[in-house]
Amino acid sequence: MENLLKRGSAAIVGVAESDLGLVAPQTSPIDLMAQGVMRALDDCGLQLSDVDALFAATSQARFSTLHLKEYLGLNPRWNDNTQIGGSSFEAHVAHAWAAIQLGQCEVAVITYGSTQRSVSRAAASPREYNYYEAPFKPFMPTTAYAMAAARHMHQYGTTREQLAEVAVAARQWALMNPVAWEKEPLTVEQVLASRMVSNPLSVRDCCLVTDGGGAIVMTSGERAKTLKKKPVYPIGYGEGLSHNSIASMADLTVTGAAVSGPRAYAMAGLKAADIDVVELYDAFTITPILFLEDLGFCPKGEGGRFVSGGRIAPGGALPVDTNGGGLSYCHPGMYGLFILIEAVRQLRGECGTRQVKDAETALVHGNGGVLSSQITCILGGPSTV
Amino acid sequence: MMDLKQQSPLGKFIEHLKAGEFAFQYSKADDKAVFYPRVVAPVSGDGALEWRISKGLGTVYSTTWIPVKDGQPYNVALIDMDEGFRLMSRVEDIDAKLVKIGMRVNFRARAGDKPDDPPYPVFTAAEGV
Repeated sequence: MENLLKRGSAAIVGVAESDLGLVAPQTSPIDLMAQGVMRALDDCGLQLSDVDALFAATSQARFSTLHLKEYLGLNPRWNDNTQIGGSSFEAHVAHAWAAIQLGQCEVAVITYGSTQRSVSRAAASPREYNYYEAPFKPFMPTTAYAMAAARHMHQYGTTREQLAEVAVAARQWALMNPVAWEKEPLTVEQVLASRMVSNPLSVRDCCLVTDGGGAIVMTSGERAKTLKKKPVYPIGYGEGLSHNSIASMADLTVTGAAVSGPRAYAMAGLKAADIDVVELYDAFTITPILFLEDLGFCPKGEGGRFVSGGRIAPGGALPVDTNGGGLSYCHPGMYGLFILIEAVRQLRGECGTRQVKDAETALVHGNGGVLSSQITCILGGPSTV
Repeated sequence: MMDLKQQSPLGKFIEHLKAGEFAFQYSKADDKAVFYPRVVAPVSGDGALEWRISKGLGTVYSTTWIPVKDGQPYNVALIDMDEGFRLMSRVEDIDAKLVKIGMRVNFRARAGDKPDDPPYPVFTAAEGV
């Protein structure tokens, strides 16, 4: 299919996190969104009055863009409340890119907020009743990812030690991120000895439960050149929606990333070997393993061996999840926005001790639901446009 | 296509379960089993779905166990039925940690956990463990 999204027609110009970790009682997800939006606007030098498009999603406010319109007193010309779980924000980037290119809006904010640590995970994202699952009491979403991990171990000989390597690498990156939740080193042995949640995933194989939020500002390529920071351009995009409930996922070892990745690479004219920094949604230790395979960084079944020996850790051959990931940095429930923020900062060269040298291309891969919605964005610095 | 003013796909499934039967749908046009029950087959949109009764035999596709504070861990599994469809369920009567991928299992209908809950399908090991 012909790609009508033009490279350089839109850029990400501002990024920011809201307060992360544990916020004060009675903070609302919209407070966190508004804080993120103001910080991201400040990052690029735009004003609230410049914003003419809203993109938002959170499990705690179904009508996110209406909340935000009201709270910030905005009159958007364009809004998009697309909700496909943690990968929603990767979808928002492409939707904003299209809307800006078409002239439907000029300054778009994409935002997220969650207080799931404060109010509890169950209260922040209540699960829909499903007759075909409810009687079996799966501990969702962990049980779905555990069954994917069990299947990967069965078919390919992947081990719990290899899963633990993902958690250890994430922790090493997190120790270089001042705003990361986790502050202490972690070993493979500690991961293996930690409390089991849904076999084979222990609590250290699972993402954190934190509060947090953030925002991204996008505008036209032309206007981007007049702003404070170096623009970062979306240059590739692909969607791979495969199922809603885990029982309907055809092969638990092959995700929709095997569809979204090739689409994004084709649009960007790049391949895995051309990517300088990789930001994958690490909801559980099995997910980066599946995504590294499906996105072409290693052959199917080799992910466990690929991540071993510190290959994706600081100093390894492939920098993956350089902010410390959902496993060690923050995970307010729909984490996809944070990997976009980190990729932009890496491409701008703002990441201090964890900076990947001369990063000019980044692959951001969002995941939503129970391996359900896979969205790949490829971002590039000015040399890629 | 089913008349939704008369009965829902899930309603029909539960009606069969109450009779001890594990029902699924079959599209003749696609030569394919359809599960969970729907008003049309996915992809083709075939609305002339037949209801069939499963022989009740399947294979564990994947499995997990979940610990319970001060209790025994319980099993959650995905079962591939011989007729060519998959569902979430559990394997009962054995230690949850002994449920393995590839294990052959047999259906039985279980009454809902509370008096007003509908029955649901569970499994037992079909051969010695």
